[in-house]
Amino acid sequence: MPSWKDNVDVIVHEGKISVPYSWTVGSTLSRFYCELRDNGKIWGNRCPSCGKVFVPPKIKCIDCYEDLHDWIALPGTGTVETYTVVRYEEPVLHPRKAPFVYAVIKMDGADTGLVHIIGGVDPEQVRVGMRVEAVFEAKREGNILDIKHFRPMK
Amino acid sequence: MEKVAIIGVGFTKYDRNSPLTFAEMVFEATSKAIADAGISKDDVDNVVSASSDFWDGRTISSMAISDASNAFGKDITTVEGDGTFAALYGMMRILSGSFGVTVVCAHHKGTESSMNGITNCAFDPLVERRLGIDAVSSAALQARRYMNKYGLSEEQFALVSVKNHGNAMRNPLSLLPMEITVDDVMNSRKIADPLKLLDCSPVTDGACTLVLAAERFAKKMTTNKKRVWLKGVGHCADAFRLGDRDLADTRALKRAAKRAYAMAGIDDPRKEIDFAEVYDAFSYMEPLWLEGLGICDDGKGCEYLERGYFDYGGKLPVNASGGRLSANPVQSAGLYAMAEATLQLRGKAGKHQVRNAETALVHGINGMCGQSHCVWILGK
Ligand SMILES: [Zn+2]
Repeated sequence: MPSWKDNVDVIVHEGKISVPYSWTVGSTLSRFYCELRDNGKIWGNRCPSCGKVFVPPKIKCIDCYEDLHDWIALPGTGTVETYTVVRYEEPVLHPRKAPFVYAVIKMDGADTGLVHIIGGVDPEQVRVGMRVEAVFEAKREGNILDIKHFRPMK
Repeated sequence: MEKVAIIGVGFTKYDRNSPLTFAEMVFEATSKAIADAGISKDDVDNVVSASSDFWDGRTISSMAISDASNAFGKDITTVEGDGTFAALYGMMRILSGSFGVTVVCAHHKGTESSMNGITNCAFDPLVERRLGIDAVSSAALQARRYMNKYGLSEEQFALVSVKNHGNAMRNPLSLLPMEITVDDVMNSRKIADPLKLLDCSPVTDGACTLVLAAERFAKKMTTNKKRVWLKGVGHCADAFRLGDRDLADTRALKRAAKRAYAMAGIDDPRKEIDFAEVYDAFSYMEPLWLEGLGICDDGKGCEYLERGYFDYGGKLPVNASGGRLSANPVQSAGLYAMAEATLQLRGKAGKHQVRNAETALVHGINGMCGQSHCVWILGK
């Protein structure tokens, strides 16, 4: 027996949710972003217990749960641990037009990776193990994109 | 400790642009599960749902399915995550002694919104979200790290896609049954290197419901042909930020698996597990998670795969259903996998029934790049 459902003209309503937020950046990341914005410097912080250096900095060590008071200026250089060449367009989300490269960069002087963009190089030339350095925007606003990208070191 | 059984399963066929609302999908899955258990809706005393407000496009989305999940006049609570975690919560509620028969339902309508936009919102708005990273691009970072750490190739990952889409040919429920080759995967559209289109699971709609019951109810209400026991479960989370983890390290999964095996009394998972449904939203994940689950040593998952060890007719069939690569309704994917294992253990999986199905492993994840894992051991 045919179901009455087979003959329904199903209607679709278009929608969009737009809700503004004002997220506080907190004491730890605010200090990190102030250093980026004002001095063009990348800072991490060290666990007094295990010695691990985190970048972006944290309020507590994720392993030891100890407060991290010990702030360290990093040289802004690092090594590509992994990367991807993004081939699809997301004009609202992506800060670049595809193809562009995301990477996890193991920062010199730190024990964690920083997720960011690799620029100033043909995406096809990026490799794991490549040595890179931070390039800062001229006009900085106190967010992660104050680092324009990381580029291969000369 | 009292035992808990799955006594009923129900689900919608996987779909794209389903003409049903998510609540209608939950109505369908839940009525089927209650009918499958052979109980009355009044035998159920509480509901645990899994959903995501972002995917549903409304807040407190579980309230929108309270009627559909048979929670009207009862109690409903929600897990924001994969269905395997909702089942865990459902089992805990029964073991607490507060409830006897729990409906666990999960729904997902992936085709109504933007996968990339929503998964981008899983990242910290103070740091990574602004970079535009999402589930696919972060998975690509993990895939490359895994390849680099163990010297693996894209062709090896492609074998997962070939196997699972091939398995889907035997599963009438599946969205993407396909006979494909490694070349087809390699030549499919590049998405985010090293991932190509056929390395990625399809955006899918689907709702699934399980009925869980305490031993005393399960034995009274159902026959032992229907009952499948929750023998063990383990769960564990890793660090939130991608950079705080080695993306090829499965330390959280190893802990989760160890706990599940200990609870189920499993000494050697390689010998004692008959088949597994392992989270494969992206091809590379299957061998990576099989390593974390202790089915093979670190870095050896692809070798086993090449030997046919995880094939439908292999030593340990993995994702005989076709896996998430063939249909991936994100929030409900894990519950579908538990329903699939239940049908297999009942011997009622139809054309994709695996041989000697006595003990099953089901694995679900939550968070980016497998931040959190839930491992289930199910048995007769
Ligand atoms: Zn520490």
